[in-house]
Amino acid sequence: MKYMKFLKYGTIIILIVTFASCRKDPQPIPEEITNTLFPAEPNAAVKGMYVVNEGNMNMNKASLDYVDFTQGLYRKNIYNQVNPEVTKGLGDVANDIGVYGAKLYVVVNISNKIEVMDVKTAKRIKMIDLVNCRYVTFHGNKAYVSAYLGKVGDPKAPQGIVAEIDTATLQITRKIEVGRQPEEMAVVGNKLYVANSGGYSPPNYERTVSVIDMDSFTEIKRIDVAINLHRLKADQYGDLYVTSRGDYYDIPSKLFVIDTKTDLVKKTFNVAASNLAIDGDKAYVYSTEYSYITGENTISYSMINVKDETIIPGSFISDGTDKKIKIPYGIAVHPVTKDVFVSDATDYVTPGRLYCFGADGRQKWSVETGDIPASFAFVYKTN
Amino acid sequence: MLWVILTTKMIRTRIAFRGDKYCFYAFLAILWCHCIRPEPLFAQTDSLKKANELKEVKIRAIKLSRRQTSSTPLQILSGADLEKLNSLSVADAVRFFSGVQLKDYGGIGGLKTINVRSMGTNHTAVFYDGVPITNAQNGQVDLGKFSLDNIEEIELYSGQKSEIFQSARGFASASSIYLNTLQPKFEKGEEDHFKLALKTGSFGLLNPSLLWQHKLNDRVSASLSTEYTQSNGRYKFRYTNGVYDTTAVRNNGDVERMRVEAGLNGVLPDSSTWNAKVYFYKDQMGLPGPIIGNRFDYDQRSWSKNLFVQSSYEKKITDAYRLKALAKYSNDYTRYLDPDFVNLDGLLNNRFHQHELYLSVANQYKINSWWTAVLSGDYQLNTLDANLDHFPYPTRNTFLLALATQLHFDRLDIQANLLGTFVNDKVKYYTAAGNKQEFTPTLMLSWQPFEQKEFRIRSFFKSIFRMPTFNDLYYTLIGRTSLKPEYTKQYDLGFTYAKLFDNTLLRSFSLQTDAYFNRVKDKIIAVPGNNGFRWSMKNLNLVDIKGIDVNMQSGWSIAQELQLNMGLTYTYQQAQDVTPGTAYYKNQIPYIPLHSGSLMGGAQWRNYSFNYSYIYTSERYNQAANIPVNYVKPWYTHDIAFHYNTLIGKNKVRLTAEVNNLFNQYYDVVENFPMPGRSYRFTLSYQL
Repeated sequence: MKYMKFLKYGTIIILIVTFASCRKDPQPIPEEITNTLFPAEPNAAVKGMYVVNEGNMNMNKASLDYVDFTQGLYRKNIYNQVNPEVTKGLGDVANDIGVYGAKLYVVVNISNKIEVMDVKTAKRIKMIDLVNCRYVTFHGNKAYVSAYLGKVGDPKAPQGIVAEIDTATLQITRKIEVGRQPEEMAVVGNKLYVANSGGYSPPNYERTVSVIDMDSFTEIKRIDVAINLHRLKADQYGDLYVTSRGDYYDIPSKLFVIDTKTDLVKKTFNVAASNLAIDGDKAYVYSTEYSYITGENTISYSMINVKDETIIPGSFISDGTDKKIKIPYGIAVHPVTKDVFVSDATDYVTPGRLYCFGADGRQKWSVETGDIPASFAFVYKTN
Repeated sequence: MLWVILTTKMIRTRIAFRGDKYCFYAFLAILWCHCIRPEPLFAQTDSLKKANELKEVKIRAIKLSRRQTSSTPLQILSGADLEKLNSLSVADAVRFFSGVQLKDYGGIGGLKTINVRSMGTNHTAVFYDGVPITNAQNGQVDLGKFSLDNIEEIELYSGQKSEIFQSARGFASASSIYLNTLQPKFEKGEEDHFKLALKTGSFGLLNPSLLWQHKLNDRVSASLSTEYTQSNGRYKFRYTNGVYDTTAVRNNGDVERMRVEAGLNGVLPDSSTWNAKVYFYKDQMGLPGPIIGNRFDYDQRSWSKNLFVQSSYEKKITDAYRLKALAKYSNDYTRYLDPDFVNLDGLLNNRFHQHELYLSVANQYKINSWWTAVLSGDYQLNTLDANLDHFPYPTRNTFLLALATQLHFDRLDIQANLLGTFVNDKVKYYTAAGNKQEFTPTLMLSWQPFEQKEFRIRSFFKSIFRMPTFNDLYYTLIGRTSLKPEYTKQYDLGFTYAKLFDNTLLRSFSLQTDAYFNRVKDKIIAVPGNNGFRWSMKNLNLVDIKGIDVNMQSGWSIAQELQLNMGLTYTYQQAQDVTPGTAYYKNQIPYIPLHSGSLMGGAQWRNYSFNYSYIYTSERYNQAANIPVNYVKPWYTHDIAFHYNTLIGKNKVRLTAEVNNLFNQYYDVVENFPMPGRSYRFTLSYQL
């Protein structure tokens, strides 16, 4: 009788321990689809828009989402399902995205790689190693990627570089040293412009834009602008809009205009600018400016007429949705509908949100994204 | 109503207990009986063995009674139990406590901090021989740096130590760990004790240690403890999603550590006691980073040095009045090198230097046979220097004043205290956090409702806070001086049952169970500045924690020479983010499992002993949103150890072989920081 009892209770305990100890079989995390956000447009010229989510540092949570305009749906976290064989997925801190020809490029900063995918399927074509890479731009069948450091572990090499990648062979063909911690780039005419930040050596920030001649692939000039430069966008009039982050203390963030004919600063807007998107004659600017003095973020939205170089009064968000956006983190303008996309990084460690605003500034729809939605790339019918 | 519930509960416990007796026996029998095929080589002399057994029984009894009468939940690991655990450091050992989550970055060098009852790492104070170890910079004490080599006992109190005669600092944390080192005790005629030990095994571990205790005269004894640890930190880890399946070797996990500790213990002619200690610790190690896409290897390094001197003095001035004084000076240095971060000065090379001065006086006055009052006052000075841009060089003065009282009756013990905290921060540059003043109460009670001493009910309420650390306030990239302290309120109700038996299979049994509710208010969290590299600290979250801790221990005597023991802990914790307006309201907070527990069993037969332990942690989420991408798998490890004790001449020799993570489960405690798979450790210790 007693013996039966031990067996009974003994077995129960062993079963509890065993059952409590179940681990699910590992499997790739599937994509999530959100339907009925907006009507499908099967013949849209702009088929879709990729959204890349940075993911918080060290969390390996970079992810790729896709807005499908032709089917009217949002596909969240598509990379893992398409590329389940890639160890640890897209990686850590996807800083930039770009579409060129039939290929999609994602620059993954902490993972030291450029992920090259098929633009239609997001299937990996190749991975290109580049340490501490930041932004990508394209010109003449070449991709140009900025990287914070040319060499790691050399105390005498604080300079950054720009690497040139052949978009057919996907090999790095040339590298050029620029300023310290280079950020965004743009090509105007036959010149590549690179915004240098110097962010690793505060308060000794860089304050220049490097000008690179594309034929000789040499740095021909440094344009003095302001400290800690970040964004650099070209308009259709041969001007560059460059943002300065300031020093987070006394020197505020500002927006500068460089004339590429003279390669000089021709105008300064006393407008704080974290990021901007230029579409036609309009630049859409937002700013999340942090101050160590107040310990607060100041968020603002503004518009600039790039033809006249004047501030357009008002904001591109008119219905009060801006109050809901905690940390605006990315911006894009639909080339056809002129809808404005603004992403919200919320608190950086929970899923973000993508908002779509009509040209009237009213919210059309919004959707949950991956963590820290940061950059966008449109896909055309022709891609 | 409460009365009825408790009574029924007790009766049920007793009934259940009768059946359980056999089930545990069966369980143990199934697990271990067939594993032991010993053949003694040397036998201990009968008298020595008996003396040891008696000592062991006595220790067990004292421990049992301390655990039982504590009005705050107390868990103890000491002496023989500590030796039996598969543990290298204090961090490994505390995993066997209920209510505890160890945040472990993996490997011997990886940061290991303790989170008690989900309130956060910064809410647990660590005391080394009764004197607090603090880190004003980040508020965290790396328990992986404390080896078990010279530790006699680890005590964990939820709430605070259930004793009013203590430093004001003792009242000042939401939970406390006391690390008590081996104290010299000499039998008649003995003048020296030596203990030499050598540990080796996986990860290129080499860990020799020496302990020397010497009796200087009848009133003073000295001790010296030193050890050296070296490990290459290399171990295999594996990640898979079912399609990719990658195994690699952890890099940059090498660590080298050295510790020297010397102390004097004395009794003065007026029978007051004193001790003094010098502690020096030095390490250098690689900092293995997260395993992320396309990047497994890192080259960051850190160096640290820590020196402290501390002293305590205790005197009974009159029959009613007792005095205790503590003093400590501590000097900490840390250097961090990041070759991936090249600036105008070369590689990023941060240096941090901390000083601390601590003074404490506690006065106890016994008003009458049942009423005692204590007044304690502490002063602490902390400074931090760093070679960072825009660094403010903060200095913090902390005054703590505690007024405590205890009413002690035959079957009821009530303790209450009020703690006043006065903090003043000064900085050389920029803005200081200024002055802070808080008064926080604690109320604790322990009650024996029946004639029988075995069953007691206890309860406590404690309100306390933690100050923002220097990093929270002043660190150039993230600090924010307007932060408020992070407050906790704890409500606990539990019972203890403990009984010793003679001449039965079951020799001792104890059970403690507590249900609790904690609220953490103004939780300090990092929130973004204007980009991912710039964060700022904010008081944001409100967290509610509802939990149950169970801790069961039993000792069995199966035959004359076969002893078994078994322990079981279980923790249920619902720790939810209830911050108003949060998008993930009532989601479980990151890294807190709903269920966790451990199982320990040991068998001793003649000179041999065998130990088994199992640790289980259920699924968790690594970020605030409880969604699939944030899911972290459960993990569970089985560890076993064989010990062999013998005598060579009069000297004790002990051989231990351990296998940790027997079934080679690959898991992460912290996402992307892999833990080792199966590993081995061997210990040879020689005592003379």
